[in-house]
Amino acid sequence: MFKSVYNWIDERLDVTPLWRDVADHEVPEHVNPAHHFSAFVYCFGGLTFFITVIQILSGMFLTMYYVPDIINAYASVDYLQHKVPFGSIVRGMHHWGASLVIVMMFLHTLRVFFTGSYKAPREMNWVVGMLIFFIMLGLGFTGYLLPWDNKAYFATKVGIQIANSVPYIGEYIKIFLQGGEIVGATTLTRFFAIHVFFLPGALLALLAAHFLMIRKQGIAGPL
Amino acid sequence: MAHGNKNEKVVYVGDSRVRKPGGATIPPDYTSFPGRSEAFIPNFLLKEWMVGCVVLVGFLVLTIAHPAPLGYPANPTNSAFIPIPDWYFLFLYQLLKYPWVSGSYVAWGVVGIPGVAFGSLLLAPFLDTGKERRFYRRPIATALMLLSLVSCYYLTKVSWDFYQHELEITGTIPEHTVREEKAREAAAAGKEPPSATKPAEAVELVDADNAEVKSIMEKAGCLTCHATDLKGQAGANIPALRGVGDLLTKEELAEIITNGKDKMPAFGTDLSAEEIGTLADWLAKQKATE
Ligand code: HEC
Ligand code: HEM
Repeated sequence: MFKSVYNWIDERLDVTPLWRDVADHEVPEHVNPAHHFSAFVYCFGGLTFFITVIQILSGMFLTMYYVPDIINAYASVDYLQHKVPFGSIVRGMHHWGASLVIVMMFLHTLRVFFTGSYKAPREMNWVVGMLIFFIMLGLGFTGYLLPWDNKAYFATKVGIQIANSVPYIGEYIKIFLQGGEIVGATTLTRFFAIHVFFLPGALLALLAAHFLMIRKQGIAGPL
Repeated sequence: MAHGNKNEKVVYVGDSRVRKPGGATIPPDYTSFPGRSEAFIPNFLLKEWMVGCVVLVGFLVLTIAHPAPLGYPANPTNSAFIPIPDWYFLFLYQLLKYPWVSGSYVAWGVVGIPGVAFGSLLLAPFLDTGKERRFYRRPIATALMLLSLVSCYYLTKVSWDFYQHELEITGTIPEHTVREEKAREAAAAGKEPPSATKPAEAVELVDADNAEVKSIMEKAGCLTCHATDLKGQAGANIPALRGVGDLLTKEELAEIITNGKDKMPAFGTDLSAEEIGTLADWLAKQKATE
């Protein structure tokens, strides 16, 4: 039954090569921790992706309760944290995951740096990786405001003040982020949109490019 | 049309072109790297998923043991709150505190140094173009990276230690800790945890425009601690005076004002007994239930 459905689809769309390419690609000895324990450093990219998936899934569940306006934002997070069954676990995963993903990404970057894997022909993948790095920091900054407690509010205020001190364009960055004269209602909706739509969209596009390039080039060879 | 060609690598399904089955899927070629290569699916992925499960379980245990913190609702007029960014921004936050990258040199702090650091990281493959990959044969790149790592660690640590110190000298307990404590106390006493969204401080003031009380309070400086709206400062553990009449009697209030209590200073010498009596009278009237 399953096989005939698959064949029916494959006959029309020829999907076999798509997944066989992923399935059959080799995992060479020098990156396989089963053979050399020190090869665990090559796992950090995969772990970063794993945590990123957790962030996306837990974030999707958070938006089922979260309300991005200054009257209800705090109350909705409070409700989710204390009243919704498993709410504190979902929020906890997103909260701690945000730190963990930075740690993993940091270790991954160091692995790539110290193994010299960013050198030709992988320059473009490194640049894409750094762009991902910046996007992740952006996600961290915008997400911090969303619970709308005092910590969120004052950290964002300081962050925007720092952006404001950039010469020439600081004022514009500030107005763009704040959406007005103060950190207030428009700031929250803006940060929400950036955190939930703009940055994840860019992140997914960059991740796709990252993975395509790895598949095309294969992982860097042994040192 | 050229459809009859025997060498054609496509078959036609209706008017769509699909690659001909058989021979098209390239058999995996594991010769490029010598050694014990294995296929991604299923051999490697299976092991990866086992590791993934262990990581996931550890992670879930962490989230249950340490619930995500949540303080009190944002109050823009709270001037005592000590701002702190997430830990991975601390190095930048600390950098900007040094006089040689702030004030009139702030451009160095916000654009110059981070720009050079992150810019050269972004363009690393074009700056470090040698063929050598081993880090111990690339002394310059390695040294610069290690230097940056040490600086980031140092800045983060200084920033965090300073924050802890600030909390200590101002006697501040972070709001999310205060909340957790209160919830725990309430649970131990078998009560509902206090709601942070409908705080007791939202109680209306009784006889709010009493000029005599106002002048005494201004003179004594009660408002600097208990806030101009008398809602207190949850972050600094200073109670609200709204609704205090529900908690304390006139005599108890006079006693606290005269002799102080914990961090509440004594006013027995600064204020006359009469003034204290006026305050206690007025405070005793502050009841939510009336
Ligand atoms: C230095 C800051 C400070 C000043 C100034 C101050 N208070 Fe307080 N007050 C506190 C703190 C802190 C507490 C909590 C003491 C405790 O229970 O640990 C408190 C507690 C109280 C309480 C008891 C409330 C309760 O719910 O237990 C009353 C009443 C009170 N203050 C009245 C006053 C009055 C009236 C003045 C002005 C004459 C005043 N305070 C000035 C810091 C201050
Ligand atoms: C969400 C963030 C990221 C994810 C999910 C991710 C994922 C991965 C994965 C799975 C690999 C395969 C090798 C491995 O696992 O180590 C890889 C390789 C690579 N990554 Fe990342 N990465 C991320 C961010 C970054 C960053 C920040 C950089 C550096 C600027 C970077 C640069 C590279 C490079 C150059 C390679 C090729 C290395 C080689 O072939 O040995 N990536 N990435």
